[in-house]
Amino acid sequence: MSTAVAKKKKMSFGKRLKREFPFHLMLLPGLILTFVFKYIPMGGLCIAFQDYSPVYGLFDQYWVGLDNFRYVFSMSTFPRVIYNTMFIAILKIIAGIIVPVSFALLLNEVRQTTYKRTLQTIVYLPHFISWVALAGIFLDVLSMDGVINMALTKLGMDPVYFLGDEKVFPYTMVVTDVWKTFGWNTIVYLAAITGVDPSLYEAAYLDGAGRVRQTIHVTIPTIMPIVMLMTILSIGNVLRAGFDQIFNLYSPLVYSTGDIIDTFVYRMGILSAQFGPATAVGLFQSLVSFVLIMGGYWLADKVAGYRVF
Amino acid sequence: MKQTKAQKIFCIFNVIFLGIVALICLLPMINIIALSFSSRNMVNAGAVTFWPKGFTLRSYQYMIESSGIFAAAWITVKRVFFGLIINLAMTILVAYPLSKEKQDFQSRTFYVGFFLFAMVFNGGLIPTFLVINQLGLIDTIWALILPNAVTMYYVLLMLNFFRGIPKGIEEAAIVDGAGWFTTLVRIYLPLSLPSLATITLFIIVGHWNEWFDGMIYNNKTYNYPLMTFLQFQIINFKTSDLRPEQLMADPTLAELNGRAIKSAAIVLCTVPILMFYPFLQKYFVTGIVMGSVKG
Repeated sequence: MSTAVAKKKKMSFGKRLKREFPFHLMLLPGLILTFVFKYIPMGGLCIAFQDYSPVYGLFDQYWVGLDNFRYVFSMSTFPRVIYNTMFIAILKIIAGIIVPVSFALLLNEVRQTTYKRTLQTIVYLPHFISWVALAGIFLDVLSMDGVINMALTKLGMDPVYFLGDEKVFPYTMVVTDVWKTFGWNTIVYLAAITGVDPSLYEAAYLDGAGRVRQTIHVTIPTIMPIVMLMTILSIGNVLRAGFDQIFNLYSPLVYSTGDIIDTFVYRMGILSAQFGPATAVGLFQSLVSFVLIMGGYWLADKVAGYRVF
Repeated sequence: MKQTKAQKIFCIFNVIFLGIVALICLLPMINIIALSFSSRNMVNAGAVTFWPKGFTLRSYQYMIESSGIFAAAWITVKRVFFGLIINLAMTILVAYPLSKEKQDFQSRTFYVGFFLFAMVFNGGLIPTFLVINQLGLIDTIWALILPNAVTMYYVLLMLNFFRGIPKGIEEAAIVDGAGWFTTLVRIYLPLSLPSLATITLFIIVGHWNEWFDGMIYNNKTYNYPLMTFLQFQIINFKTSDLRPEQLMADPTLAELNGRAIKSAAIVLCTVPILMFYPFLQKYFVTGIVMGSVKG
């Protein structure tokens, strides 16, 4: 092996280029597509500093410096939008860790294989349904004459306007999101639990540990690195509270607590055609997310030795 | 290990509890299916829970006959087909060179940086929209396929799988005079069938369920793919959409209820993709484990 490495080191530039040429060729289509659809739009971010009008070319615009940012940050609704985004996103991250881990731990205790597999099939199911269809389902089920309020009224309780009450709406978003994702997210933890060395359980058993203490002292510590890793990797989502879900479920009634950055940008940019300010918000979101994601990757590498590439 | 009495009780409660959780996952869907088969009067009376009342197929008949659902489904079939071919090809072609060590591929670092940066930073909604507009892709199917043809998540799955293939096999092929392309096609791809299956399924489900691009990159509603069509129906459909003269012409339309029709639309748009799912579950599971808990 060492001679092979030495031989490669000695390879001349031309020879190396010839040898690696197929790699460049393979990467070329992907390179072009990524350049056109990801990098050129990044160049388009300069719209954030322009009074953009679609009539002129990108570089013939009137440059306004930071005016778009000043305009957006002075809007009375904007701090609220940031707050809503982070509130919903952080609750989703926390619940999105706790619920799947608990479910995986409980599922691991089920001994009947067929029952276990049926449960898995059912709880993975919502993952494959588009938020559009799920929104249709929840708009009906959670409406005033939906099946949940029918049940509440039967039990003698007041009906709850899950999607129209601004106090309830953010929590409805968190719960329905967990409903869709928790099953799928258990997969990773179940795999980690199955990977626990059985001799550890035997040792714990011989030391007099019951099932509960085996779980606390063996299972949980072994899956902790994966739990940490998943938490760290989800930090990048703090400014992304779930556009697909909220856009299809919100209404002007709940803008005060349910309007998030992505829906705000959509209404401002696509519906009101205020390209400059909308891009400014988008740039702000991209930058903060970028810092958070890179911070998360760095932390994942330091803490868990996880590298993305 | 022998079970104590407390453990037995725990097990029973656990089985019941998890069963209830699974039921909570299913009930909203069952409710929608029941609504879609129920008659207008029963839906209006709030009598429908988890079983159809006043069984009728009128809502489905309405959706199929008068809504353009087939045109939308055809667009989705096209985007799934072309999207799958292009996306899968891109995934393989990008993942293979990047799975090599630096000594075999000197420029790897540059390419990794190039693709990684595009993964974690983006131009956002408005600039991307303007680029697609400038390229003249509005109202074409390519606006739904090309922008995400290189999906880094799939590339990472594929790359990790390629890395798990023993290097010795490849070295033997190279010694026998095979080039990198031959090695990829003859050795790597046949060995990667499980992960190719997983990624294929991810791509199909992703394209089937995507709706937002269909909404912003199409001006004409008849170009909408299925999920955009569904979104449009859900947001826009009210029973009042039926004009009085329509009702006069066909009195049976009065049997229809907005909620029942929406439910029928949801069922029609979702069932095709869910039919695949139970058979392919094991591939999905391998895929997700392969991607997140590597080596």
